[in-house]
Amino acid sequence: MKTSDFSSSSSPSDRRIGALLRHLTAGTYFPASDNLSSVFASPTSGINGGSVFAHLVQAPEDPILGVTVAYNKDPSPIKLNLGVGAYRTEEGKPLVLNVVRKAEQQLINDKSRIKEYLPIVGLVEFNKLSAKLILGADSPAIRENRVTTVECLSGTGSLRVGGEFLAKHYHQKTIYITQPTWGNHPKIFTLAGLTVKTYRYYDPSTQGLNFQGLLEDLGAAPPGSIVLLHACAHNPTGVDPTIQQWEQIRKLMRSKGLMPFFDSAYQGFASGSLDTDAKPIRMFVADGGECLIAQSYAKNMGLYGERVGALSIVCKSAEVAVKVESQLKLVIRPMYSSPPIHGASIVAVILRDRNLFNEWTLELKAMADRIISMRKQLFEALRARGTPGDWSHIIKQIGMFTFTGLNPAQVSFMTKEYHIYMTSDGRISMAGLSSKTVPHLADSIHAAVTKAI
Amino acid sequence: MAMSIRNSASRRAMNQISNDFIGLRSMSSWWKSVEPAAKDPILGVTEAFLADHSPDKVNVGVGAYRDDNGKPVVLECVREAERRIAGNAFMEYLPMGGSVKMVEETLKLAYGDDSEFIKDKRVAAVQALSGTGACRLFADFQKRFCPGSQIYIPVPTWSNHHNIWRDAQVPQKTYHYYHPETKGLDFSALMDDVKNAPEGSFFLLHACAHNPTGVDPTEEQWREISQLFKKKRHFAFFDMAYQGFASGDPARDAKSIRIFLEDGHHIGISQSYAKNMGLYGQRVGCLSVLCDNEKQAVAVKSQLQQLGRPMYSNPPLHGAQIVSTILGDQELKSLWLKEVKIMADRIISMRTTLRESLENLGSPLSWEHVTKQIGMFCYSGLTPEQVDRLTREYHIYMTRNGRISMAGVTTGNVGYLANAIHEVTKSA
Repeated sequence: MKTSDFSSSSSPSDRRIGALLRHLTAGTYFPASDNLSSVFASPTSGINGGSVFAHLVQAPEDPILGVTVAYNKDPSPIKLNLGVGAYRTEEGKPLVLNVVRKAEQQLINDKSRIKEYLPIVGLVEFNKLSAKLILGADSPAIRENRVTTVECLSGTGSLRVGGEFLAKHYHQKTIYITQPTWGNHPKIFTLAGLTVKTYRYYDPSTQGLNFQGLLEDLGAAPPGSIVLLHACAHNPTGVDPTIQQWEQIRKLMRSKGLMPFFDSAYQGFASGSLDTDAKPIRMFVADGGECLIAQSYAKNMGLYGERVGALSIVCKSAEVAVKVESQLKLVIRPMYSSPPIHGASIVAVILRDRNLFNEWTLELKAMADRIISMRKQLFEALRARGTPGDWSHIIKQIGMFTFTGLNPAQVSFMTKEYHIYMTSDGRISMAGLSSKTVPHLADSIHAAVTKAI
Repeated sequence: MAMSIRNSASRRAMNQISNDFIGLRSMSSWWKSVEPAAKDPILGVTEAFLADHSPDKVNVGVGAYRDDNGKPVVLECVREAERRIAGNAFMEYLPMGGSVKMVEETLKLAYGDDSEFIKDKRVAAVQALSGTGACRLFADFQKRFCPGSQIYIPVPTWSNHHNIWRDAQVPQKTYHYYHPETKGLDFSALMDDVKNAPEGSFFLLHACAHNPTGVDPTEEQWREISQLFKKKRHFAFFDMAYQGFASGDPARDAKSIRIFLEDGHHIGISQSYAKNMGLYGQRVGCLSVLCDNEKQAVAVKSQLQQLGRPMYSNPPLHGAQIVSTILGDQELKSLWLKEVKIMADRIISMRTTLRESLENLGSPLSWEHVTKQIGMFCYSGLTPEQVDRLTREYHIYMTRNGRISMAGVTTGNVGYLANAIHEVTKSA
């Protein structure tokens, strides 16, 4: 029986055999003999057989975004989504910042606005303002024109473009990421062409930083290796190094020539202060060394779906920065040609206007404060219930997420019995909590921890 | 531990010690061996144009539409859609596959309003970052799931096609397309290449308004191509960046795709709203792959999402909102169709005027191709040297392959343009 017979057969198992045979011979698309030509059952003709992609299996749901998918399917009225890190108000609603609405109106009312292609590097004004935001307006690196900044698709896009640039132009192709880290990090860097390794970060026994382990692992990394650093509000653990620890990390990295790649997704969102949250990055830049920085405006400006971000590469000299920018363009052009205009325009309107900027810092602080208050409330609620364990990490950790320490079985229990949705690593988004829902969450944690699961 | 150092020599010594201690590679950059990249051949033209201060300058480089005053255009239907969106929508993440509503409407444009494939849910589709993003996603997908395959690309083609499949690490081959002698289609050479390609090869086809030549197969020729593709069991991937823009009629511009669908091919399509809705900077498009059945379509879509997630997580919201607002509203959709036809008609009329002007100037060459070709671009036949003269002497900017963006031609500059072209070609 020829393979084409398998593929045109109405029997599913025959078609699977056909698909397998096609797959096995996929490397040999140039058949020497006629016998082999029958192996290539019709890829396109609906008449003779199936699709070239018939052998595909369905990919698993993304572990983070899949949580919301499952949440949406749940009909329970008491369901709570603590999965993806999108801010919610006390009323549980998404929030569009006032300054963003104002910026939107300004853009709409400006009849002279055109929506043509941005340059490959994106909106130039946005790029300059973003660099100032993260590095500080008085940064010598900016003054000396040593920073090249390109607009990218939020944090993900910035990391991917930076990763592909490194894979093409940097002499070391290994990147070290924290253990644990945001689930998308390893995929981004692998597809960018880098080898991904991990360094110790979270200590489950203290629910804090494994600083010794971190120093040992970075110390053992080959010189020149790339190191991914969460600038603040580590995702998923919420555990950040202290300033003194950052200084030690910086010294160690510089002594080994390790290349820092900062992921800054929460500037202003963690402590409520833009400058405080940028301090670790600024410490590195102040020593004159080079680094990469991925910035996202998804959370701190609530621009999630607009995909606004920036990749900055701080170089030794202005001359190098120019060359680097030209090569970044070659990475971007075959990916999506140029970045989207809308979100970056909103950011530029806000950052360039002193009043809007100030208003933004107030709204940002309000979001950060609400999250800090949720942390306190959850901590108090667990204490009031006498829930066994030390829950102080809830108020020690910072940013949108709390790494509860709950295990997958407990998480699963909380989802089934209490309709509470979170990622299976026990990470909860504090932004999804409100004063009204804290008791429900506390009850479910209590039940999960006290029940023999 | 602050030490106050008054003596500058001691300070230098301290710096040296602390540098050594920190081990800064203080003098050299990691990037010093990075070569400055060549300018993008297309986008570099506009950069050069912007830097030119001549009042006579004309930009017939990049393919962005201009009205008869040479001004960029934001369609009325787009302005109205934006008014409705502003202040009213949240900005939450779209699903990984993008806006469901936008994708639904977009598939109807390509496959037909009453397409059985849509009804049977056989089309795997995701929102993509305009045409570039859709092509790149497909290229990455092809690499992952048909790893031994290569892509056949027409000669010439949009230069970024080569970059896209190269960065996806899919080997490239070319097939004959443009016939310089006739400034038309080299149909027999094309068919030979299709025939000689190994069975089951992947082909990139421009659905309409071929970029950069403006040369499209006739309907009859498309049918023959489709039949040969069937014999050879090739995979047809259509890049459709100009639906509606070419003839003014979206259904007519999708004819090549409809022919292939009728003939039973399982095709892939990249669609873009950059030109036909003027949404250039919003980066809105769609990638679709026709599958055997719904189950397979679900699997394929899930895999496409797996490729998008590590690139940008989920696609941008605003442009998708504009598209679904327009296409989901009877009135706005009619308005859009009218506005697309106006753009297409203006370009067609500029082709006629340019050709007539050149003929009236007594040009020794034939300019028939100017009106035979279709879409935004005219492959003029000008040599790189002639193009350089046009730029140097007349401040006329176009890509060096002689591609003229007709969208940049206006009643105001067509005379100047014709005259300049005549001057550099009359002794050819």
